[in-house]
Amino acid sequence: MSKKIAEHTPGRKIFSSKIATTIVWIVTIIWTVPTLGLLVTSFKTNENILGEAWWNSLLNPDFTFENYKGVFLGDGSASLSTGVLPYFINSIVITLPATIFPIVIATMAAYALAWIRFRGSDFLFFSIFALQVVPLQMALVPLLLLFTGGAHIGSVQIFPALGIAGDFAGIWLPHTMFALPLAIYLLHNFISGLPRDLMEAAYVDGASHFTIFRRIILPLSIPGIASIAIFQFLWVWNDLLVALTFASGTEEVAPLNSKLASLVGQYGSGYTQLSAGAFITIAIPLIVFFSLQRYFVRGLLAGSVK
Amino acid sequence: MSEFLSANIPKFISVLSAIAVFFIVLGVIFAIAGRANGKKARPIALTIFLGPALVLLLAGVVIPGVRTILFSFMNPDSNKFIGLGNYQWMLEDPNVKVIMINTILWIMVVPLFTAALALLLAIMLDRIKHESIPKSLLFMPMAISFVGASIIFKFVYEYNEPDQVQIGLLSAIVNFLGFVPSDWMLSKPLNTFLLMIIYVWTQMGFGMVILSAAIKGVPSDIVEASSLDGAHGWRLFRNITFPMVKGTFIVVLATGVVGALKVFDIIRTMTGGNFGTNVLANEMYSQTFVQFDQGKGSALAVILFLLVTPILIYNIRSLRKERAHN
Repeated sequence: MSKKIAEHTPGRKIFSSKIATTIVWIVTIIWTVPTLGLLVTSFKTNENILGEAWWNSLLNPDFTFENYKGVFLGDGSASLSTGVLPYFINSIVITLPATIFPIVIATMAAYALAWIRFRGSDFLFFSIFALQVVPLQMALVPLLLLFTGGAHIGSVQIFPALGIAGDFAGIWLPHTMFALPLAIYLLHNFISGLPRDLMEAAYVDGASHFTIFRRIILPLSIPGIASIAIFQFLWVWNDLLVALTFASGTEEVAPLNSKLASLVGQYGSGYTQLSAGAFITIAIPLIVFFSLQRYFVRGLLAGSVK
Repeated sequence: MSEFLSANIPKFISVLSAIAVFFIVLGVIFAIAGRANGKKARPIALTIFLGPALVLLLAGVVIPGVRTILFSFMNPDSNKFIGLGNYQWMLEDPNVKVIMINTILWIMVVPLFTAALALLLAIMLDRIKHESIPKSLLFMPMAISFVGASIIFKFVYEYNEPDQVQIGLLSAIVNFLGFVPSDWMLSKPLNTFLLMIIYVWTQMGFGMVILSAAIKGVPSDIVEASSLDGAHGWRLFRNITFPMVKGTFIVVLATGVVGALKVFDIIRTMTGGNFGTNVLANEMYSQTFVQFDQGKGSALAVILFLLVTPILIYNIRSLRKERAHN
């Protein structure tokens, strides 16, 4: 954006530059200090955390990596005997398929809704759009029952128990289901904006919908898909409700975030565990956020600004 | 170490094979269905493209949603209808009353405060040099989970007895200003507002980023013309800027209402719903998975759903308008 345009945007005339700069930076500092506090605390010894405020520790630093070592590999305490490494792995194992599956399925559905004409396509699109705001809570219990006991009408079993409760598949599946409405809506916005001529030319040349999807839609949608994938990745990594409901709290399947939440409630889990554990949990999302921020913002804007 | 490997290598094998199977199945279906031509080609394509999503939505959201409504009229084990009992419990139980009041507080205070602060910052960001640095930092908490954010603020809100060192930032500031800090998470009703701050801290950046984009979208000739007419400061904001970004502002508000309604992780991590801070989404979880009362839990979920329906209707209306426009 050229300097000239920037001079004519409304902000210019509403606040003077000095006031705006001062206030923005004050708020930015207020916004950043809590995270900084956690980071500093996570490098302090337990006695040090209790005996000295973290901002004073900055003046006479006495930092240690022991907390991270203990939290990662286990410190022998009741709450963290084996460390969070297995949970960290679980988070990766949960997040990858729970990001890939819904986005592939949503891209296919978005293509059909945007470019294959059929009766009721508008109604279907509106219904999927409406499902976006339906709270997860509406689906949790029946879905869990479906996984553990199948579906019945009266006493007749019409669908067998899937037997995936407490399994990774039992977490991938709900995440995939719950992600679809928003992902389909956002990808539909993106895919329906692709040039019509391209699709028609390919169709006239005898290309099937499958060829068009693979050769035209997918390559052109990569930016849109990337931004939605980042969203979904963060959402799944940061989720607590689905993890608590569908993954038992054990180190076989539970993700990092739910382990962290359980540390808070556990008596005797110290400040060192909490601070280092929290920083390990938020590190991956922060790396993703800072390295892919541009795509992330684009995804946000695609969904909400018209 | 070998024990660790034997426990975790199967996890990677299962994730890689799941992804591989997914793509192989998809590839085979595409290859076979792509050969179909003539009259059947279109219905086959439709079924394959749309089918999986529809089945998953029906099985994962629509049918469970309907079952939850049914469960809300049933007993704790969902095997006998009990009429409106669960809803009557909501009306009569004093704890639920506190929960409802808190939930209403959340959806009134949080979205307005978030959106107003986001708009103010978006306008000011438009005015400063190197805006990308503060923008990034203000936006960053959005990448942090509510659990992580709660722990960050657990340290901010930490309280010690007056004769000890205050290691929590809030207590230290209050001390510095010459007041006596208190145990923040126990002080009603202040604790609810302190929990709201955590939510605002994580979500404000979202509103700021999209409002900032909307402000940049205001045509500069309109701003220029009105400022030549003498519109500055508040008048320019009220007459030009705000009307132009109103749509986006409402999107931020609506997103805030839906988010604040569903707030669960913060409450659970910070207070567990104790000390008068409980809200609907947390009570829904407790009733269902702690008290094992699927009836009451489902009824609470239904109320949650009813509270978002106005927004649902508004969203559908505006999407309709937008589509008619194009």
